[in-house]
Parts: sequence; structure tokens; C-alpha cells
Amino acid sequence: MRSFTYERATDAVAAARAVAQRPGAKFLAGGTNLLDLMKLEIETPTHLVDVQDLGFDTIEKTGDGGLRIGALVTNTDLAADARVRRDYGVLSRAILAGASGQLRNKASTAGNLLQRTRCPYFYDTNMACNKRKPGDGCAAIGGYSRQLGVIGVSSSCIATFPGDMAVAMRVLDAVVETVDAGGQRRSIPIADFHRLWGDHPEQDTTLRPGELITAVVLPKPLGGRHFYEKVRDRASYAYALVSVAAVIQRDGSGRVAFGGVAPKPWRVEAAEALLPQGAEAVTARAFQGATPTKDNAFKLPLATRALAAVLAQAGTPAQKKG
Amino acid sequence: MSDTAEFALSRRGVLAGSAASAVAAAAPAGAAPQRLPSSATPTMPVRLTVNGESRELALDPRTTLLDALREHLHLTGTKKGCDHGQCGACTVIVEGRRINSCLSLALQHDGDAITTIEGLGTPDKLHPMQAAFVKHDGYQCGYCTPGQICSAVAVLDEIKRDVPSHVQGDLTAKARFSNMELRERMSGNICRCGAYSNIAEAVAEVAGERA
Repeated sequence: MRSFTYERATDAVAAARAVAQRPGAKFLAGGTNLLDLMKLEIETPTHLVDVQDLGFDTIEKTGDGGLRIGALVTNTDLAADARVRRDYGVLSRAILAGASGQLRNKASTAGNLLQRTRCPYFYDTNMACNKRKPGDGCAAIGGYSRQLGVIGVSSSCIATFPGDMAVAMRVLDAVVETVDAGGQRRSIPIADFHRLWGDHPEQDTTLRPGELITAVVLPKPLGGRHFYEKVRDRASYAYALVSVAAVIQRDGSGRVAFGGVAPKPWRVEAAEALLPQGAEAVTARAFQGATPTKDNAFKLPLATRALAAVLAQAGTPAQKKG
Repeated sequence: MSDTAEFALSRRGVLAGSAASAVAAAAPAGAAPQRLPSSATPTMPVRLTVNGESRELALDPRTTLLDALREHLHLTGTKKGCDHGQCGACTVIVEGRRINSCLSLALQHDGDAITTIEGLGTPDKLHPMQAAFVKHDGYQCGYCTPGQICSAVAVLDEIKRDVPSHVQGDLTAKARFSNMELRERMSGNICRCGAYSNIAEAVAEVAGERA
């Protein structure tokens, strides 16, 4: 690990300023992803601003019947919250499908959104990676790409966003709240938070330098039945090959987003409108224009089957008809 | 052990000794000591309460909680397996929650109370989970065992506190112990010897259930 200096921030704007003013500075929350990457020298911050004392660790009701989740609420506490379990089951389910008990106890809400890809070529510093080193090339393209992206990828990067929590938040239309070094606050819809790689895969999100996440807001509950179907290589403690977050209403309408397939949680509203017609209609539309490799083409039928499994559990009209 | 104490060598002692002699053999006489990159980083103070005892350290900021426990406080019960949060051998209980001590800086835990395997029980007075692991042979080589035991103790507490799990059918129902629940909740602790079935029996006994 490269050496760095460390401070504990006591004020959010001061923390944002400390990171904005110092090239190489980074925020530190739970550290479960950042520390791992620092050990491998994939991340080499020169200064860490530990934000754990900023107090963003509560879940509160909002004026319009939603929930404001503090950026530092742990994954365990968020998944265990009685309101989340009752009204936003897809979110509890997604979080519980990810990582291990130990990691969820330390990992934060904001940190989960900011976790970096698990592309093996990003992790192997002997390999070319545009995300790790802009302009370096991409060894994943033409390499072993079984886990990698099938849609929304670019000619410079085919990595996926690896998380589960954000996929559920995308279905719920969550909003990310931030503050910057000037004290300016911003609300970013989760749909606009993660970037498609394009020519700049080194930029995972639309956050500006020094911009600090303070909370994630969930709009008022959607009702319906909530599902998070995750398909992975082992029964627990593995990243998704494909995951489906869904909220399905009694009449068969609903919302659906896919994880493990793209640089961001993949939700296509025009595809959701086809939910009453069944899984195949939805995924045909959601994955229109997909560019899978021969290694990961299986993700397309897998997404259809995972969604079909959800719809079968939901017992929607389309399924009953079939 | 007492009659052989004179000859007793710990594995750690042998490894440390042989590493030192290897360095000695490799270094030409009179060579300047190698400058370590850590010398550039000033240490920072950190206070931890470890197994009920207040400990003060001055650490390079890079020091993980795991290394602080093992290398600085010499509590070597906590093990370094993968050092990347994948195996669970480094599991300790911090402020009542189990975490991977390898993925935390010691500085993040200034003021925290930490329980390691040494704090759960002693050879003369085993924690019930330790006793159950012995009774059910919940290990083979034993390397993952301290992490397994710390994790298992925390898992039973998590169920008591109604922390839900991935395999729970009804999210709004209260968390309950079962073999499936245990397997899911312990998935962050890998045992390469494959002692899982005996580990499950040991934990089930402490939980008061059948595995």
C-alpha cells in the first residue's frame, strides 16, 4: 500500500473542501472496497478524509412519505430497518443478496453506490485497463469476459457496475443527495448517477471532485410485490452474473432493473411497459442493441429466465394465462 | 506442555526466526540497512479497547486493524488469510458487530471496543462456542477457526437482534435460526478443510437447535 496521510472530518463542507483542494485525496467511509483496492495499488490516494463522524447515520421519514437514508447507514442497518423491510422489500433483498455479514456491517450506503467494478482486468495491474489507467487499452475486450457487460459498454471498457443495492434503488427511483466544497447541495436521480463508460471509463459516476454524498432519498412506497432475483456462481457471497430487481403490481404492471449486465443498473422504462406480456417481451426490449461477447452471451437468456422466475413467483396475469 | 516448555516452539516463532536468518544471510556484511518506505509516513496515535483492556498505539496510517492486533498487540489468534475480505479468517467483533479486520484501518477504530478470539474465552474457561467447536470437531487445520467462532457468536446475536438474511422467506417476520440461515449467514467464513458440517453442528448446539 502507498503511504498516505489521514484525517477525521467533523464537518461535511470542510470534508468536501479537504478532498476538492488536494489532488489525490479521497473520502473514506467503511473502507471495504477502497482498502482492498489500495492494497493492490489500484487506488493510490495520498490523503484520506474519514467521514465516519459526520453523523449521516440515520434513516428518517421525508415530508412526502419517503425515507431519507444517511450516507453512512451501514448495509446491515439499512436492510434490517423495519420500514425498509415492509415498504421497500426489493432494497432489503438486494442488500442481503450482496457480500457477507461482515462486509455489510462495515459497508456504507454511499460507499456501496461508489464501489468499483470487479472486472478481473481492472484488478490485475499487469493488464491493460482504461479504467485504471486512461489510455492504457482494454485487455478485457478479446479476453476472458464471462462476468463482464453485455449492454451500455463501449470500445474502451466492457466492465460492469458490480453492486446489488443500487439496482434496487434504480427500481425505486432513489435520489442521491450531495454537498460540495462550496456548500452547494445537489440532488442526483439514481438514473443519472452512474455513467456509461464511453471514452472515459475512469469516471464511474457523475459526482464532481470533492462532492460528498450525504444521503439517498427513497420516494414514497410503490406497493406491489418486491423481488430481487440474483443468479451467481455460488449460493452466497458472490457477485451477480445477472440480477433482477422488480416491483410487480397486482395487475401485472411494474418496474424492473437488471444488475451484472452494464456499467450501471440497467432499467429501460419502455421495456417495463411490456411486463404484462411476459419476460421475453421485456428483455427483448431492455437488451435491444446488446453487444455480448461469446463468453457472456449466456447473460441474455439468463436475464429472461431470471425475470420469468420473478413473474412466476408474482403470479401475474401473463403467467397465469401461460 | 509444562515439561516440554523448554523446547516448545510456536509456528510463529519458527517462521519469524527463519525469516530473520534469511535476511541476515542475504545482507552483505556492513551493508546499509534497507530504507523502508514507511519511514516517510509519520505515525498517528490510536486508542483501542481490546478484550476489555485499553491499548494505546502509534501507527503508520496504513496499518489495518488486523495488523494492529497481530503485529503490534501480538494478539495472533486473529488470522490473516486472504487479506482482502474474501475468507473471513480475520473476523473480529467491533462495537458488537463482526467485521473483516483486514479491510479496516486501525485509525478508523479510534475509541472502539474490539473483541478477538482471545477475549471470548481462555483455555481454562472456554466460551460456549469454543467448547462446542471442540466437542463437534468444527475444524481440521484450525486456521479459519478464530474467525469462524467470532463470526458464529456474532451471527447468533444478529438473529437475536432480528437482522434479516437472504434466505429469509418473509422479510417482515422475525429472524430465526435454522441450518439454511446459518449457512447463508456464515458464507463470509471460508474453511478450506471443509469442516462445514461440524461447524454447523457446533453453532446449532449453542443456538439450542438441531443442525
